[in-house]
Amino acid sequence: MTPQVHKKIESISFAIFSPKQVTDSATAKVVTPELYDREGYPVDGGLMDLRLGVIDPGLRCKTCGQKLKECPGHFGYIELARPVIHIKFVRQIYDLLRASCRSCGRILIPEENIKRYVTMLNTVGEEEGFEARRRKIKELVSKYKAKETCPHCNTRQEKIKLEKPYNFYEGEIRLSPIEVRARLEKTLNEDLEIFGFNMKEFRPEWIVLTVMQIPPVTMRPSITLESGERSEDDLTHKLGDIVRINQRLFENINAGAPEVIIEDLWDLLQYHITTFFDNEVAQLPPARHRGGQVLKTLATRLNSKEGRIRHNLAGKRTDFSARTVISPDPQIELNEVGMPKDMGMVLTVPERVTEWNKEYLRKFVENGSKKYPGANYIIKPDGKRKTITLETRDEILAELSEGYIVERHLIDGDVALFNRQPSLHRMSMMCHKIKVLPGRTFRLNPAVCNPYNADFDGDEMNLHIPQTEEARAEAKILMLVETQIISPRYGLSVVGCIHDAITGNYLLTKELVVSRVEAVDMLFSCGVNDFSVLPDKEKVDGREVFSVLLPRDFNFMGKDKSGAEVRIVNGILKTGSMDKSNLGQESGLMLRNVYEKYGAAYTADLLGKISKLGIAVLARRGFSIGIGDMDLSIDTHNEIKDTIKKAEQESLQLIDDYFKGNLEALPGRTVEETLELRILESLNRARNKSGDIAMKQVRDSAALTMARCGARGNALNIAQMTAVVGQQALRGRRIDSGFKGRTLSYFKQNDLSPKARGFIKNNFKSGLTPYEFFFGAMTGRDALMDTALRTPKSGYLYRRLSNAMQDLKVEYDGTVRDSSSKIVQFSYGEDGLDVSKTKNGVVDVKRIVQQIAGEAK
Amino acid sequence: MATDMIHHTLVPKHAKISESEKEKLFEKYTTSAKELPKILKNDPAIAKLSVKEGDIIKVERKSKTAGISFYYRVVMNE
Repeated sequence: MTPQVHKKIESISFAIFSPKQVTDSATAKVVTPELYDREGYPVDGGLMDLRLGVIDPGLRCKTCGQKLKECPGHFGYIELARPVIHIKFVRQIYDLLRASCRSCGRILIPEENIKRYVTMLNTVGEEEGFEARRRKIKELVSKYKAKETCPHCNTRQEKIKLEKPYNFYEGEIRLSPIEVRARLEKTLNEDLEIFGFNMKEFRPEWIVLTVMQIPPVTMRPSITLESGERSEDDLTHKLGDIVRINQRLFENINAGAPEVIIEDLWDLLQYHITTFFDNEVAQLPPARHRGGQVLKTLATRLNSKEGRIRHNLAGKRTDFSARTVISPDPQIELNEVGMPKDMGMVLTVPERVTEWNKEYLRKFVENGSKKYPGANYIIKPDGKRKTITLETRDEILAELSEGYIVERHLIDGDVALFNRQPSLHRMSMMCHKIKVLPGRTFRLNPAVCNPYNADFDGDEMNLHIPQTEEARAEAKILMLVETQIISPRYGLSVVGCIHDAITGNYLLTKELVVSRVEAVDMLFSCGVNDFSVLPDKEKVDGREVFSVLLPRDFNFMGKDKSGAEVRIVNGILKTGSMDKSNLGQESGLMLRNVYEKYGAAYTADLLGKISKLGIAVLARRGFSIGIGDMDLSIDTHNEIKDTIKKAEQESLQLIDDYFKGNLEALPGRTVEETLELRILESLNRARNKSGDIAMKQVRDSAALTMARCGARGNALNIAQMTAVVGQQALRGRRIDSGFKGRTLSYFKQNDLSPKARGFIKNNFKSGLTPYEFFFGAMTGRDALMDTALRTPKSGYLYRRLSNAMQDLKVEYDGTVRDSSSKIVQFSYGEDGLDVSKTKNGVVDVKRIVQQIAGEAK
Repeated sequence: MATDMIHHTLVPKHAKISESEKEKLFEKYTTSAKELPKILKNDPAIAKLSVKEGDIIKVERKSKTAGISFYYRVVMNE
């Protein structure tokens, strides 16, 4: 259980290079702004010095002797003629200058307090963490920077001002970087701790540069244009400016030039060095190319969304991946994904040529990259890559032999990882087998929409092609769709029949009788070719057709959605009809039992067949809905009307009582609350009652069929269409706001009657009155807002939770532990059950005993 | 007026376990005190037990999934 740790990182500290470290770590001193000599060879002591690394093929690095791509590059340095302030540390310098004495360099805190503050800071740091300590330091510094005299040497302090971006003034006199550096040099190590600097690794004078590192050429490679001209990187340009000005400054100082000229050059050097670090300093004009294009210097490379961190490190892109719109195809298998042919000709799989597949791979190469099952590249045994074109094809065919790798187009059966964001699940990324199809979209079996939470209103999905045998094996064994059928969350299948597939099977097993010919036809269309089970008679029952799909030794007892018994004996559906509770997703009890007995692959196959059968049945029988489905007989219609009227009158009576003061309050409620509750109750009762009446009396229609078998819609939907839409509610109450004392100007003030407070007594078929429609729109908008606001919130909550728990793991002893093997739970979920091995979280011991005893007999 | 919250229905039963039980526990889970979940010495639930740092508290919880489940926590100072 103890993990093998070789070296454990205790802490990481960040510090600043000292001038000595800069010169020590440098491989070259840069003294000239020239880059190349007349032959185009890098100048010694120039910015492209060969000691700084190589970017030209064929040359070797003078420092490490390695070639292009092997040499990582080496730092150089330049000695600055005059010190320059580092723009990124201006704040720190400002703090230091203001809070320390101008003459003795001590911090402006009385001696006796220093120790106390240090210990105070340390305890704050330990107790409340780093951030709190930092805040405290800020507080202290701002408290003491305003001191008039130094408590150590009694020197009067001048006010120090920072003129952005990097000029310091003491009173009216400007402090040159030399003076600033001298001040910083005087500070004592012990005082620095108050400022939050670690004196072991840091001296403040180091942030005023006297020498500067030159980054290796490998991080600023030049590019050769088509014309053969060289174009240098922006960083090299900037460094050239720095070196040039620096050299001129040196010469002028040595020649004893007037102070004005030296000052000007010094300022220019400061500007160049500042923009080298950061070309987006607020008060400075950014350095530009001749064309006026802004130079991309160090900070631009790292910062913001396009910077190294967010673009390259946090946002990696991958090869051999594709993304497009998805659309459904119930005819492809559950574990397949339909891929556009154009895509299959760009994405490839490397396949190694062996003795046995030589001829097979030859065919791909013969087809080239433009004809479909072709190949785009070959890789020679020495690792060289060759494009297959019309010109190179014959040559490649001639040399193709064992050990070569052919990058061939994708063909049916190749494995791919298919994913839809947000990937909240392990089922959000599953392995599918490719099926190359015409068209421009990914095709997927509608049954797998659920685990991806995908629909076809414009959703896009991503696809990745594993490139090594290991990756493919892993994907197939661990991630194939059928291995993910049972959800580890609740132990039932996440995929199952949906919509038409459920309706079709329901109708088939409930009421259909078809001719044997028809039955064979349908079964064959979903991949069955053994019809020996189908009774040999003119007309066959729907259940008999369905039973053909089931395995012969399958037994099952369960219930359908309406509660009626479903019994399967020896693979024959004896009673009951198949509906959502046995075939559907997130229920699918029959499927769950098939999975348990026959395994993942069989279940996926069976599910595919059942789905196709259902759809085939519907295609033959015909299935459609119309307004006529919502028709009720006059009697039923009147009955419903009466029910609603009665409830309305009841409400009005209650309101009447209330105004007369006869209404008795319920315990713990005010009279108003009581009134509201009782009205709601009576109206709801009426709605439910009329819904029930409607459900019973409505013609046996397609809409009702769908609701009954769970394919789409429910009793409430039907009731709202045929009988009454019902009470609209905002925040759990009847609609009560809008105007003073009323919901709409159409009503009188203080009208508490049902219709004035959002009760819609019409149904969708008869149509709504304008005010009813408006109430519906109110709740509709509210629901829309609610989801729009809730989704990101719950998404973030879930993300935090999953990130916090991501490396918790169930160990072999049943405990749940984190990565440092600390125990989180002594038994997973307190009961130690693997939910994916249960049925809806339940282990049915009785059934298992029965099964085992039955088999023993 | 302070009610003893130990008797509240939502507070599970806390008890100290003996040294020998402690050994057994460590052996069963091949673990040591530093890998166990912690409980503060001044936690109200164990205020009435006389415990010292390093003692192990057995928590007997009612569980929806398992009926009764046991949880072990090490007493910590601060």
